Amino acid sequence: MLKFPIYFDNHATSPMDPRVLEAMLPYFTERFGNAASRNHKYGWEAEEAVEIARKQIADLIGASPKEIVFTSGATESDNLAIKGAAYMYREKGDHLITAVTEHKAVIDTCKRLEKEGFKVTYLPVRKDGLIDLDQLRGAITGKTTLVSIMAANNEIGVLQPIGEIGAIAKEKGILFHTDAVQAVGKVPFDVNASNVHMASLTAHKIYGPKGVGALYVRRRNPRVLLTPGIDGGGHERGMRSGTLNVPGIVGFGKAAEICRLEMASEGARIGAMRDRLNRKLHEGLDELYINGSTEHRLPGNLNISFAYVEGESLLMGINDVAVSSGSACTSASLEPSYVLKALGAGDELAHSSIRFGLGRFNTDEEVDYVVAKLVSVVSKLREMSPLYEMVKDGVDLTKVEWSAH
Amino acid sequence: MAYSDKVVDHFNNPRNVGSLPKQDPTVGTGLVGAPECGDVMKLQVRVNPDTGVIDEAKFKTFGCGSAIASSSLATEWLKGKTVDQALAIKNTDIVAELALPPVKIHCSVLAEDAIKAAIADYKQKQEAGQAS
Repeated sequence: MLKFPIYFDNHATSPMDPRVLEAMLPYFTERFGNAASRNHKYGWEAEEAVEIARKQIADLIGASPKEIVFTSGATESDNLAIKGAAYMYREKGDHLITAVTEHKAVIDTCKRLEKEGFKVTYLPVRKDGLIDLDQLRGAITGKTTLVSIMAANNEIGVLQPIGEIGAIAKEKGILFHTDAVQAVGKVPFDVNASNVHMASLTAHKIYGPKGVGALYVRRRNPRVLLTPGIDGGGHERGMRSGTLNVPGIVGFGKAAEICRLEMASEGARIGAMRDRLNRKLHEGLDELYINGSTEHRLPGNLNISFAYVEGESLLMGINDVAVSSGSACTSASLEPSYVLKALGAGDELAHSSIRFGLGRFNTDEEVDYVVAKLVSVVSKLREMSPLYEMVKDGVDLTKVEWSAH
Repeated sequence: MAYSDKVVDHFNNPRNVGSLPKQDPTVGTGLVGAPECGDVMKLQVRVNPDTGVIDEAKFKTFGCGSAIASSSLATEWLKGKTVDQALAIKNTDIVAELALPPVKIHCSVLAEDAIKAAIADYKQKQEAGQAS
């Protein structure tokens, strides 16, 4: 039985796993204590639950529990990591490096720092969406203190070479932060193997609750210090004050544990479903372009441009399927996705793109329904597309003088 | 974004999709917009040389649902109008009819531009025909 709308937008958020909800429920009611209350059972049991979750999350990324700092989500984690390190190490240098395809939480944080006098290099990406390691090396100066490169991209799902980036950062003696929100729980991620100093995580992308995230902050080799963004009671080793969201943290921990135990089999299953979607779309339609590397990619991601069809009309035609055109954060604007533009594929292909994000609760039956629907809608819209007609008549669209407006 | 019922209707049942022979002297073709801006409209009219009335209108549009609806509506309105009546169609009429939200007003502007471009093409052909 299909349930509509079919949810293929797991990069935006994921439905909560019922096992996660079950773990959380007692912490809303009978175990309501404040984890910072040291004088009674309510506080002790809340603290104990938080420490269990801290270990569950640490275990997923090969960290020590003491290196996990809880936050409200990955946007806060990115802000804390980048601003916190930039301010803390300002005497050492004022230069940061990131990439043009990063999430807005990283890009806009860097832009804010630029206004405050920091210098930021935004590395371009190659056609496959990955950064060029030689360009990264070339961008590092004596004043560089931090490089922030995401582990997996939220739109095109490509996996950046974080092991190599970590090795370069270690060799040059600079800090390496990675927004690992989309990668953690989906593909193997180990902070020691990749020489990561800081990593942003969030619960709601791994079938946990919204409103809770974490920042991994390395304590050894080297010990990373951060200037806090929120002052107060000195929670979380002084890096993030504020009463802990105990039920959220418990859910985050449970979600992380499930991912650690099931990632290998789940990744294979979701990857096979994604490949089925891709294969069947190609069987039914011509002129499809996959955005980003197909080799270094999250198992659940497929980002395709349906040439000569505009993305918004395509979404309107498949309104019983929840997907996104560009990223959910920018789909209210008319600008095409800055991530797709960065690949240099041309704006019209960016306008024609759909991001599919498959997840734990999707099925082959849903894939088959979505393929049939897309083949029919794309065919209809291409019949309606002057561009498709021109191409079929042998017109080279790049040679046409368009009346820009 | 929520679309009005009329936009949804034109999107699901577009009127007058297709093409007219471009070389025909009684056919005017307007091609406006640009792929990198996310919308391109091709709008064509055929004018009865005896009466000066538009007896056929066709469109093809690459664009969002509102752009498709705007051009579909434009072809409906064009049929039966004289060339001068056609030029009197304003984008604000389309906005009102389709209840377009502010972010979609450019779709109606594009449709008005397409009408004007198609009529201009027709007139140019007529003048060229008389000159020769």
